[in-house]
This record gives sequence, C-alpha cells and structure tokens, in this order.
Amino acid sequence: MSVPHKVGTVKSKQATNVKAPVAKVVKAAGKKKDEEEATDTAEGEEWMPGKTLVKPPDQLDLTEEELNEEITRVLTANNPNAPQNVVRYGFKEGCYKPIIFVDQMAIHFELEGNLVHKESDEGRRLMAKQAEREEGTGAEKLDNVAKAGEKERKLTNQFNFNERASQTLNNPPRDISCQTEPPPRANFSATANQWEIYDFYVEELKRREKSKEKQEGQVLNKEEDKSKKKIIQAETQSDDITQLAHAAKIIERMVNQNIFDEVAQDFMYFEDAADEFRGEKGTLLPLWKLQYDKAKGLSVTALCWNPKYNDLFAVGLGSYEFTQEERGMLLFYTLKNSSYPEFIFNTTSGVMCVDIHEQLSYLVAVGLHDGCVAVYNLKKKSDQPVYNSTASSGKHRGAVMQVKWQKDDLDSNHNFISVSADGRVVSWTLVKHELVFTDIIKLPATDKVPDDLKDVIATAGTSLDFHKQKDHHFLVATEAGKIHKGSKYYSSKFLETYDAHFMTVSRVRWNPFHPNVFISCGWDWMVKIWDQTIKSPIFTFELKTSVTDVAWAPYSSTIFAAITNDGKVHVFDLSINKYEALCQQKVVSKKTRLLHIEFNPVNPIIIVGDDRGHVISLKLSPNLRKKPKEKKGQELPKGPEVEIAKMEQLLSSLR
Amino acid sequence: MLIMFQLVFTSVSVATRNKRKTHLCCDMAEVEDTLKRIQGYNGVIGSIVVNAEGIPIRTTLDNSTTVQYVGLLHQLTMKARSTIRDIDPQNDLTFLRIRSKKHEIMVAPDKEFLMIVIQSPTE
Repeated sequence: MSVPHKVGTVKSKQATNVKAPVAKVVKAAGKKKDEEEATDTAEGEEWMPGKTLVKPPDQLDLTEEELNEEITRVLTANNPNAPQNVVRYGFKEGCYKPIIFVDQMAIHFELEGNLVHKESDEGRRLMAKQAEREEGTGAEKLDNVAKAGEKERKLTNQFNFNERASQTLNNPPRDISCQTEPPPRANFSATANQWEIYDFYVEELKRREKSKEKQEGQVLNKEEDKSKKKIIQAETQSDDITQLAHAAKIIERMVNQNIFDEVAQDFMYFEDAADEFRGEKGTLLPLWKLQYDKAKGLSVTALCWNPKYNDLFAVGLGSYEFTQEERGMLLFYTLKNSSYPEFIFNTTSGVMCVDIHEQLSYLVAVGLHDGCVAVYNLKKKSDQPVYNSTASSGKHRGAVMQVKWQKDDLDSNHNFISVSADGRVVSWTLVKHELVFTDIIKLPATDKVPDDLKDVIATAGTSLDFHKQKDHHFLVATEAGKIHKGSKYYSSKFLETYDAHFMTVSRVRWNPFHPNVFISCGWDWMVKIWDQTIKSPIFTFELKTSVTDVAWAPYSSTIFAAITNDGKVHVFDLSINKYEALCQQKVVSKKTRLLHIEFNPVNPIIIVGDDRGHVISLKLSPNLRKKPKEKKGQELPKGPEVEIAKMEQLLSSLR
Repeated sequence: MLIMFQLVFTSVSVATRNKRKTHLCCDMAEVEDTLKRIQGYNGVIGSIVVNAEGIPIRTTLDNSTTVQYVGLLHQLTMKARSTIRDIDPQNDLTFLRIRSKKHEIMVAPDKEFLMIVIQSPTE
C-alpha cells in the first residue's frame, strides 16, 4: 500500500532584511515592465477597445523630478523588529551578559496546512475518529451513501485518494500422493524365425478352414457335432502316445541299424571281389535273418515283396503238416528292422499264401488252410481282416494254395483269384463289405481216379500264375503233376495241359520278360523250363532232392533260383551255363527245409523262408547278376527287349 | 571327440509314417513294448523320453545322468531343428545322430516328445 505523503504545514521563511544594493536595477526593471505593457497594449488594441489607465485615488502625485529622484534602499538581513539588547544572566560570571545572536527570523505569514500525513499520529487519530463517526452515523447516512460517494467522487483531489488493494488468501499448495500396487510385470523375449512365422500362418489357415467348416456345418445336427467332438477328444488323447510310437519306431530302426551296421554295409556296398577268380561261379552272402519269437513253431508258407516299399515284405506262416490244424500268422518285416516285424496279424488257421496288391500296397490277400480267403488292410490296425469269405459265400473246401490280385474290373472293384486244394479256381470281388465269388474253372480229375468218383475227388491245385502281358492267361499247377494253361474268359475248358512232373508241382511261374516261357518245379527233383507252344520242356534240371520253390530274377530273363528240401539255394543263369547251377549254396543248418524264395524287385537280394519260421535274406554275388560284357565305346542297349532277345536266342539255339 | 551329425530328413520314415498316422488307436501297450524292446537291444545303454518342456518323463538311467543328457541334448536338438527350419520352413528335423568315440546318441524329435537313446555302437 502506498500512501502519498501530504505536506502538513508549510512555513515560509522570508529573508526580509536583504538590502537592495542598487535601486537602478528596480527602475530598469520598471521600465522594462512599461515597455512590455506597451507592447501588451499594442497587441491588445487589435481586439480590445482602448484601455485607459485608472489611477487609484490615493496615489501620490509626484513631479517629474520626484519621479526621477533616485532613492537608494539598502536591504539587510537584520530583523528590524528584533531586540538588540537582550541580556541574560550568566551564572558563571555572575553578571548579565548581552546576547549578540538574536533570532533574525520574522514571520510574515503562517497558515496551518490541512493535509496530515496519514501515518503520523495525528493522521491515525483522525482516521480513527472518522471511522467512529461513520459507524455511528452509518445507519442514518445509509441513504446518503450513494450521494456521498458521488460527492466524494466529485472531489477530485488527485492527492487525496486511498488506493486499496487486497490480497486474497492464497490456498497453500498441497501435494497428495499415494502409491498403487505395481502391475505384474514379466519379461518376455522371443525370436521370430522364418519358420515360426511359417508355422503360425499354417496354423492360422487351418483354423480359418475349420471355422469355415463349422459355419457351414452349423446347419447340421448337433448330435453329429457331439460325436465329432468325441472323436476329436479321443484323437487328442491318443495323440501323445502315437507320436511317441513314431519316435520309438525310428529309434528302434536306428538301434538296429547300429547293431547290424556291418550287414547294412554289406547289403549296400559289398561286392565279392573273389568272383573274378571263380570264373562263372557265384556265391550268396547271408545278410539279415528275420525271426519272431511267437512264430517259432510255424513254417514259412508264403513270401511276398511289397511293390511300393522295396524293403518291406509279407511272410505267411502256417504249416504244411496237413494233419494238424494250426494257428497261423501274417507278418510284415522290413529290412530296416530285422529284430521285430513291422506288422503282425494273427489268424485262426494257418496262412498258406499271400499276395499284395500291385497298386494299393496296403491291401493284402491271404489264403488260409481252412479254405478261407481274407483281405487285410495295413492301414487298419486291427487283427481282423477287412474281408473274409464265409461258408455261405463260396468258401474253398480245401487249403487255399495261391491267391493273385487282378486288375480292377469294369466297375473298378478290386478282385483277386485263388486256387485251392479242392480244385476250384475262384475269382473274388471286393464289393462294399463282402467278398463275392465267381467260379472260373475246375481242375479236371486225373485219369487214375475212377469215373464215378471224378466229381468227388478233386485235383488239388498247388500254384497259380498269371501271364505278365496277357493278364487273362494263367497257369495252374496241380498235385497230380500237371500244369494247365487257362484263360479267364473260357471257363469251360483249359487251353493247354502239360504233363510236367511225376509228383506234385510245387511252383509254376511265367518268365517276367519272355511271353512264352515259364518255369516249374516239383517234388520229383526237377526244375523245368517250358515254351508254352511246345508240350515238352526245353530245359530240365535235376537237383537231387525235391524242389520246393523256384523264382525268376527280376533283372534278367535267363536267371532263376530254386530251393530244395536239403536247405540249398541253386542259382542258374542259362545264358552262361545251360547245364549247371552257377551257385549251389547251403544256407540253413541240417534238418531245416527251405520252403519259399523270392527275389527283391529292385535290390540284388533274395529272401528264403524255412520251416522254422525264419526268413533269411541273401545277397547275390556279382557273378549271379552278370550283365553281358560291355565293349568299349559301345553303349549296350538295356530294357525288356534285350532280355527277350537273350531268351529268344537261347531258345533258337535249342530248336 | 568325433561327432557326426546325420540328419535324416524324410527318407527313413515318410513311407511308414503315412501308414502309422492312420493307426490312431495305437494302444499304450504297443509303445511300451517298443520301448522295452529298444532297451533290450544289443549295446543300448539307456533311453530317455522327454516331453515338450524338456522334462524327462521316462528314463532308464540314473537321475543325474538323465538330467545332464536331457539338458544338453534338448538344446542341441532345438538348435538343429531351428537350423533346418530356417533353411526351409516346410522341412523339419526328424532324426539326429551324434556319433562319438564311445557312444552313439540318437535323438528322435517329435512335436510333443523327444526320445533319446544312447548306444555303444560296437559290441
């Protein structure tokens, strides 16, 4: 707050006793004044009427002389009224002493000022009084407040104002803070690889497809959804086990690979260098021996390579001792795991023959000892066959000796043909959930049987093979030693009959290359090679004991292998030696009979099955799969034509 | 130590995998049988089954050895798989063999499990 000071009293001090030193100065000044006045008048004349000097009445009339007389006036600083003889008693001297210094100040005019300093005592007092008065007369003057205000406003004394300012109470600033519980934190770090992104996209796509399906399927019954859910649950539950099974399977194979590392190396890379010095002779190198504990008492009754996976093959287990009806087994081994079968199917009756479908390699036709034929599906993990023939549906009355898959019929149903000990050749068609049979032909009774029993005593068929090119032509071998050539389209009669063997014909097979040549073997120790146009064999080999099986090599038209009861494998190459086997090797111990042989369609190995349920794989030495010698700079043609030509050459040399 | 990695991608088991996938009804007994057989094979020292979190759920080795093998091999397998999948996301690791002077360690990774078998190769 600022309150301007007000001057309370002004005391004017006048130096009255100042003597004027020169009177002339005054005169001069007077003259000047006159002149100024004159000029004033001159100026004034312009707008005013003539001005006349008015003389006061008591003015002295002075003459010119008197006017010109110089009067000297001296101004001093002494107060003329001041006493000059003021004495005071001096106690010191004990006498009156004149005081030289007298107060020279004379006061001409004195006026009490009405401005009082506000902060002075008087000011405060006045203000307090005023306040009291206002309070006292507040009520009375209430009406006049406005007027008074106006009046006050009118009094515009610029020095008389109160500037009032007030400072409102400032709210003191206050800080309020509180601490919340910190939100849970977690460090997360991950790298987004290309493949993680890929996985995510794949999952997302799947989910979208699923949701789409759901939207479409919402119209469907809820029951179906429920059942689906159940299936899904079952799947997820079994998922972990399945996955572990897969890992375990791989591991098992790898462990086996490590154990049989040398065998695997031999299988892949070993070529017997000694063959060069043996001339034309060759050897067989035993590789894996495949066995299964539960199949110990059974004999191998059938072997069949899987056409799609050339390390996988089927083994039929049963018995040739027809007196005892026994259990049987269908096993699938892979060379990748020689310790344990890949698939195991138990059958109530002994398995007699097995065939795997050419295109659908999961379909396996099986002929049983009790006359049933059955079809197993490897994709369905159940011990039961998907198709089974029953007594009402044309079941064989004797053991089924051979089954062969056929091309799909016109309605694209799968079908196969079987031959049995009851002498019938039957075609089986897989229709929905059952096997439909069609009799193709009945084997003619032998001459030894009396005429009246010909319908009762049947000729047992033992082997069946279809022509590689003309797939309706087939050969059936019988227990009586005959081989019949028939066609699926002529069910009344066989086209040809060969008097092949004196005893049971154990196997007959077409040559895989030459359309006219087939081979047969029998218990009469003979292996015979035939030209279908000639009734007598073109080659005959005697192996000194009954021959149980014979097979053509898939890589050459002139190579075949036969096995005999004494446990020997005989390998022939007609283009090299027409009289002797290139290799005669005993592959099993004494008393063990070999029963079946099969060539691997791709690799140079054979598998043989014995009567103890074992399967042995053997590798053919280089001499046993010799190709014609290559001349330098001459590309040898390859392929079936060459093989046919080779066989043809052989035949022509004999004719 | 001589280490040999053999990454078997698809050749070994694709053929049979398709077949096996349909066998969802695989019962526990069959897997148990397989595991038992593996343990019984020549030269197999131990087998461990590890779940997705890297925790051994089944082992034939003692505790400390198991933990050590699992800890190390899990990392190695993940790294190997990452390598394969980084090169081609559609590819995947199916098998890992580590051949050392003394042992061969075989690892078969799957989506959920990791199966480890330690075998003495020549016995």
